Amino acid sequence: MNKRKILATTSLAGCFGCHMSFLDIDERILDLIELVEFNKSPIDDIKKFTKECDIGLIEGGVCNSENVEILKEFRKHCKILVSFGECAIMGGLPALRNTIPIEECIREAYLEGPSVSDSNEEGILPNDEELPMLLNKVYPCHEIVKIDYFLPGCPPRADLIWESLYALITEQEIKLPYEVIKYD
Amino acid sequence: MKEFVTITIDDQEIKARPGEYIVDAARRNGIYIPTLCNMSGVKPAGSCRICTVNVNGRLMTSCTTPVAEGMEIETISQEIADFRKTVVELLLIEGNHFCPSCEKSGNCELQALGYRFEVMVPRFPYQFPKRDIDASNPKLIKDHNRCVLCKRCIRTILDEEGHHIFAFRYRGHQLQITIDPEYGMNMTDELAQKAAKNCPVGALLYRGKHGFEIPIGKRKYDKEPIGSDIEKLKKVKIS
Repeated sequence: MNKRKILATTSLAGCFGCHMSFLDIDERILDLIELVEFNKSPIDDIKKFTKECDIGLIEGGVCNSENVEILKEFRKHCKILVSFGECAIMGGLPALRNTIPIEECIREAYLEGPSVSDSNEEGILPNDEELPMLLNKVYPCHEIVKIDYFLPGCPPRADLIWESLYALITEQEIKLPYEVIKYD
Repeated sequence: MKEFVTITIDDQEIKARPGEYIVDAARRNGIYIPTLCNMSGVKPAGSCRICTVNVNGRLMTSCTTPVAEGMEIETISQEIADFRKTVVELLLIEGNHFCPSCEKSGNCELQALGYRFEVMVPRFPYQFPKRDIDASNPKLIKDHNRCVLCKRCIRTILDEEGHHIFAFRYRGHQLQITIDPEYGMNMTDELAQKAAKNCPVGALLYRGKHGFEIPIGKRKYDKEPIGSDIEKLKKVKIS
């Protein structure tokens, strides 16, 4: 048997739905752990890269400075990067803010929105160096770093994730069935 | 005038009615040419270019080109496949197509073409244009973010007296569909439903209907690619 491939995953500006869909491969996860070893990933809770990885799965788009940093780190440590899910591919629902100026977004979220206008009388805005800076808009991952493969879906179907991952791990070509490619 | 003309589509000889558009002749014979702006029986607009085919060595839109004796038409080639895929990708980046939050998702023709051509990601940068949603009409919600300017609503939605209810306004990149304030207000439910149904994307939504009623897996393009119904015609004919 070949050496086990090393897999890393992360969720940037996403909802973790793609990771949930990843877990939706059900008992095939037992086959997966025979084939791969997880490194940095919420699945095993390894926070920092301890090894160079073969495959990195990216969920979510890029909405703040921390996302940029993590994504660049993934590019540095992973041979193959895969955008999985609509957010990683096109920004997804967080990118709904892309047509609204950032100032207006922050104003609505912290000062004028119906749930905050009464409770934030001093008009405090989050401004701490510990907090990542928001970007002017939400970017698809491939506009920040080179991405090798794309798996659309919101979330990508478990079968799509499994089939593609299996093909990548075993270095085979695949012909994806029609039903698994969806944008929603 | 001759009763029919003979044309060749992908090495298959076909008898077509004079004056018939290439796309219709092909469809009657089980050859699916992808379309987006075109509707059978409605005067073609030729606005989306998806139906581009190679006619005697030239690229032409098959929805606006009538058949002529001896035409040699190619609908499948690498060049045409790339061209069509590019058109879908350009349409996806040009507007704001947030499929996960769109009621039309699963029944959307633009999306279905994306599935058929296996568009995993557009090769062009997303534009995220600032467009508004117009909810002033009592029967329809008009979302410019999703509109592909196919003119189907303009061409097909007329009231009983023949007044057009939809029209274009502005020019160039600001071009958008608009509803006539007077005739639009008096639109019947049937007409509003027809407008929403004819819209290939989710730019026109009928207010009287709940969204997301059809579960995932049972929507129009969940299981079979767009055009499968036409391609089945051919399979039946052969057997």
